[in-house]
Amino acid sequence: MSTLDTKPLIGRVEEVGGRVAIADYESGGGYSGARRALTQMSPEEVIDLVKDAGLKGRGGAGFPTGMKWNFAKGEPLTPGPKYLVCNADEMEPGTFKDRYLMEYNPHILIEGMIIGAFAIQAEIAYIFLRGEYHDPYDQLIEAIGEATERGYLGTSVCGTDFNLDMRVHLSGGRYICGEETALLNALEGKRAQPRSKPPFPPASGAWGRPTIVNNVETFCNVPAILRNGSQWYQDLGLTEDAGTKLYGVSGRVNKPGLWELPMGTPIREIIDDHAGGMRNGFKLRGLLPGGASTDFLVEEHFDLAMDYATIQSAGSRMGTGTMILMDDSICPVDMCRNLEHFFAQESCGFCTPCREGIPWVESLLTDIENGKGQPGDLEILDQHAAYIGGPSNTFCLHAPGAMEPLQSALKYFREDFEQHIKLSRCPYKSRSETSVSID
Amino acid sequence: MSESELVSALSAEEISEVESEISHLPDRQSAAIDALMIVQRHRGWVSDESLYALAQLLEMSSAELDSIATFYNLIFRQPVGRHVVMVCDSVSCYVMGADQLATKVQETLGIKFGETTKDGRFTLLPIVCLGACDRAPTIMIDKDLIGPVDDSSLQDVFAEYE
Repeated sequence: MSTLDTKPLIGRVEEVGGRVAIADYESGGGYSGARRALTQMSPEEVIDLVKDAGLKGRGGAGFPTGMKWNFAKGEPLTPGPKYLVCNADEMEPGTFKDRYLMEYNPHILIEGMIIGAFAIQAEIAYIFLRGEYHDPYDQLIEAIGEATERGYLGTSVCGTDFNLDMRVHLSGGRYICGEETALLNALEGKRAQPRSKPPFPPASGAWGRPTIVNNVETFCNVPAILRNGSQWYQDLGLTEDAGTKLYGVSGRVNKPGLWELPMGTPIREIIDDHAGGMRNGFKLRGLLPGGASTDFLVEEHFDLAMDYATIQSAGSRMGTGTMILMDDSICPVDMCRNLEHFFAQESCGFCTPCREGIPWVESLLTDIENGKGQPGDLEILDQHAAYIGGPSNTFCLHAPGAMEPLQSALKYFREDFEQHIKLSRCPYKSRSETSVSID
Repeated sequence: MSESELVSALSAEEISEVESEISHLPDRQSAAIDALMIVQRHRGWVSDESLYALAQLLEMSSAELDSIATFYNLIFRQPVGRHVVMVCDSVSCYVMGADQLATKVQETLGIKFGETTKDGRFTLLPIVCLGACDRAPTIMIDKDLIGPVDDSSLQDVFAEYE
């Protein structure tokens, strides 16, 4: 069995031992999926195949990709272009998978986008790339040039009558650009404030035209589905969910990193076998399974499978699949303060609960951490988590996402919060000073 | 602002780069972010003069353009030093000691976040997750991503940037 059979996303990177140039990519079967789609299949057949494969969005929400593409198929209601957009604005704290794909395997993204563009019949595709991703930018520009030279982009893609112009938009910053409709506003040169929905982008997206937005890793899953079929793809997963996943671990483990593993690999296996377990002297207390905006999981969850349904049934979200570990030297209150500082700063400021509520939560957490917590503060935090995180109080999911780690921390680490208020200080402060001298 | 003043506020090269972006877009205003970043690439930041000239070039109000410029954290509306140092303060780096690193960086450069060294060499800014969490704690200097950063080696790191 070749590496590519079990690791369709980055197997070629391992075989080549670094960045996959176009010749390496082609000799590993690269671009044959796009050729098959464009020369042997109809757009509907491509959509049906991706639907049958069970591919779900890898940006965090896990929406079925084929179903999304289906919303934008066929002729638009009014004459004019359709757009395909790749969300490469990887800014979810703790997430570093898309950077790796773009730096080391840029052609798999381009091929996936060619197939997606053909499926929805879009002739203009944008890669919306975060502004700090300088190396991925260089790799993508080079790869788009290579692909254009070989006839995979531009006019008459693969010798067919399908044309595709692919461009990279370098972002000016801000986490909120990762929200689909905020991203489209940014692409249009505006402030990145999320739009009220409906209409959803497949009906009215970039410049009011039908637009499909998918994450980098989602597109990267598509070429192998075209090459090997939907059954093969489904069989890759260990659980209900199909395919492989780039799982990542950051925090105090021996080997923080990123691995392509079957969807549904258990959490403990990822941490112990791949990340090398916790560093000596540190014990794992909790983790955010898929970025800053996912609920904490604790000991009782560590044997669960990392897939969409399982993690959701444990009250969290798999999110981006790159987990952040909280060891026993980290104060949960201070970690929440750090998280809410991020969300308060990155709120676009349009909806009141988000703009006013999250900074209030941050200042309350800062007070508790600094020993100025009052009886009743935890009840206020509980209420805020419910109000700010409540459904449909805001245009987008920034505020609800911000409340996910907080509400779960209040549930699992409540004693820590209570101790801070009771002692009027952070019980971790002296302890961490001691642990520094032991180091 | 007259046509000639517009030309003097923006270089011919900047205007041609902006026009090239516009040529791919449905309308001129859609190039607003690209245009601001083009000017910044040439000048290090976006001055009021550049902003007025760009607004005219893009056929939009300067107030609207400024509302865009000030929304995005990577667009600088104040002059910055020759090198911009950004220290990640998001959660993965926090777990790996970003707060201590931030203190050390400020001590080493002798400035606080948001400030520029007197010799105009470094500007120090906080940044959100740089997407290199397996290398936490991380910093970015200009286009270079550095991590994991050992705070005892900071002097050596900064010495690379004149």
